[in-house]
Amino acid sequence: MNAIHREEQQALARAVLEIDVANHPGVMSHVVGLFSRRAYNVEGILCLPVGDGRQSRIWLLVNEDTRLAQMIRQVEKLEDVIAVRRHHAEHAVFTELEDFFRP
Amino acid sequence: MTETLSGAQITVRLLERQGIRLVTGYPGGAILPIYDALSQSTAIRHVLARHEQGAGFIAQGMARATGEVAVCMASSGPGATNLLTAIADAKLDSIPLVAITGQVPKSMIGTDAFQEVDTYGLSIPITKHNFLVSSTEELLEVIPRAFEIAASGRPGPVLIDIPKDVQSRAIDVDTWPAPGHALPAPAAAAGQIAQAAAMIADAQRPILYLGGGVIHSGASRLAVDLAEKAHLPTVSTLMALGALPVDHPLSIGMLGMHGAPYTNLALDECDLLIAVGARFDDRATGKVAAFCPQAKIIHIDIDPAELDKIKTAHVGIVADVGDALAQLLPRVPENARETWVDRIQALKTAHPQPLPGLDNPRSHFGLIAAIAACLDDEAAIATDVGQHQMWAAQAYPLRRPRQWLTSGGLGTMGFGVPAAIGAALAEPQRTVVCFTGDGSILMNIQELVTAAEQQVNIKIVLMNNAVLGLVHQQQTLFYGQRLFASEFQAMPDFVGVARALGIGAVDLDQASDPLAALKDALTRPGPCLIHAGIKAEEKVYPMVPPGAANRDMIGA
Repeated sequence: MNAIHREEQQALARAVLEIDVANHPGVMSHVVGLFSRRAYNVEGILCLPVGDGRQSRIWLLVNEDTRLAQMIRQVEKLEDVIAVRRHHAEHAVFTELEDFFRP
Repeated sequence: MTETLSGAQITVRLLERQGIRLVTGYPGGAILPIYDALSQSTAIRHVLARHEQGAGFIAQGMARATGEVAVCMASSGPGATNLLTAIADAKLDSIPLVAITGQVPKSMIGTDAFQEVDTYGLSIPITKHNFLVSSTEELLEVIPRAFEIAASGRPGPVLIDIPKDVQSRAIDVDTWPAPGHALPAPAAAAGQIAQAAAMIADAQRPILYLGGGVIHSGASRLAVDLAEKAHLPTVSTLMALGALPVDHPLSIGMLGMHGAPYTNLALDECDLLIAVGARFDDRATGKVAAFCPQAKIIHIDIDPAELDKIKTAHVGIVADVGDALAQLLPRVPENARETWVDRIQALKTAHPQPLPGLDNPRSHFGLIAAIAACLDDEAAIATDVGQHQMWAAQAYPLRRPRQWLTSGGLGTMGFGVPAAIGAALAEPQRTVVCFTGDGSILMNIQELVTAAEQQVNIKIVLMNNAVLGLVHQQQTLFYGQRLFASEFQAMPDFVGVARALGIGAVDLDQASDPLAALKDALTRPGPCLIHAGIKAEEKVYPMVPPGAANRDMIGA
């Protein structure tokens, strides 16, 4: 990513979503499918099991968009989603991983 | 008592315990263990469709007529993919369905095995929820849960994909789970109800806007009570027709693309729109920015994602619409609202729904009126999708919730005949009329064999204009009259086809007394096709051009 493009990207407002889900095959498809069917790009995805592994936590980095509030409501409707929390883009979960994503 | 049962036997037993007495489907290799177990059930009757999509729509007809969760089944691969259209249709119209599909054995999943398809992946975006069952034990949890999800909140279809080895493997079962039923919805917030009641009290020109949620919630009576108490002129979406009797003095008909002129004009003037179980669908609103431009909005829906999706509500209430209306009713003051009711009456007189030929049974509206005259409100009316559907919506005197069975959101041609069969199977005491067209009927005509086999009391009224009417209409109006792929060059002998497939048929075009022939066909028990020629030039009017404001109607 060149410097200009990177600045453009950062100029876009971002949001981080923290989503607690049941941990079984297909849950990620349910979540990201809601975004892809609306041509809404997911910029970053992290997911690991939590505690005893019956639940996972998905972190999504997305662009701010007028559709974001509707997206959150749609995600909340999924049977396998337990909770959705919204954070600002500076949330440490993605910023601390930047070293792993150097070009 | 511990029993050793196969996954297939467990599945059937759980359906029995769920109270299911009728299932429809189509067998195939990967679901044969379940079919074998089903053959041993004395409680459940299986109706064999002639195509999996037919089975899906038969189940939908059962669910739409009764409000109960209905079950359809299919095998893996093409069986499952053929079900998908009916499942997507159920999703868009919020119909509670449990679809059970067979899958190749777990060890073969992902190997491109014979009749293997990713049913789970394919069904994600068109189901309310779906399951790929990975062990026989899981069935005890998944099946009741599927029914609970299908029936709870905003209803919808749930798919359960069961690998063949999960069906075949036997386990010990000593306790059975409780059947899955609808969970109670959260109650409406009292403060919002009070706010909504105050807005209704203050409004000068309110309109009550009923959607399919009113039917699903069984809240029609409460909606009528509210309309009467506060004198609220009431519009219905296509999905809500029947909630308010069409001839009720406060009924102002169906809104939207093919709504009556006075209906759309009244909405243009309203200062408060009370949306109840409606989702501001584009066919209802037209150009959203121009929809009810002067109105504040109260939006009541059980699905929180519907609030503020299309229009931002001034008061948004997440609740079962029946509960919300019951809370609202005592808090809304009586109001005769004479000025507004008089204004509505004036609009109705000045801009009525055009209904040409109402007394001529050889015309489209006349045929619909003649059929209605032969039947009472106990009859159910199913439709396919097209001009005939809109004409029936405009002209059939619907007076009862669940009387009207139509594919609204997905608009699926081929819906009508199997949905009518399902409704007739679920409620055999009723006469079920299916309005269809020469395009739609061919999309599931194989189900006439199912109708013949089951001897269901359905009357298929085929309005034959030898064209794809709504396509023909749009090409005529908006594509420079360049008719393309909308005129059928070959036309089957539908009366002969019906007879060949085993059901009675009458051709009204050949009848010297069409009214007598119609009455005879409608009153004789069992399935019958009633064929009537319609002029291809006839259009569905009024029509709001796609993307235009509802006030800009053609043919109004």
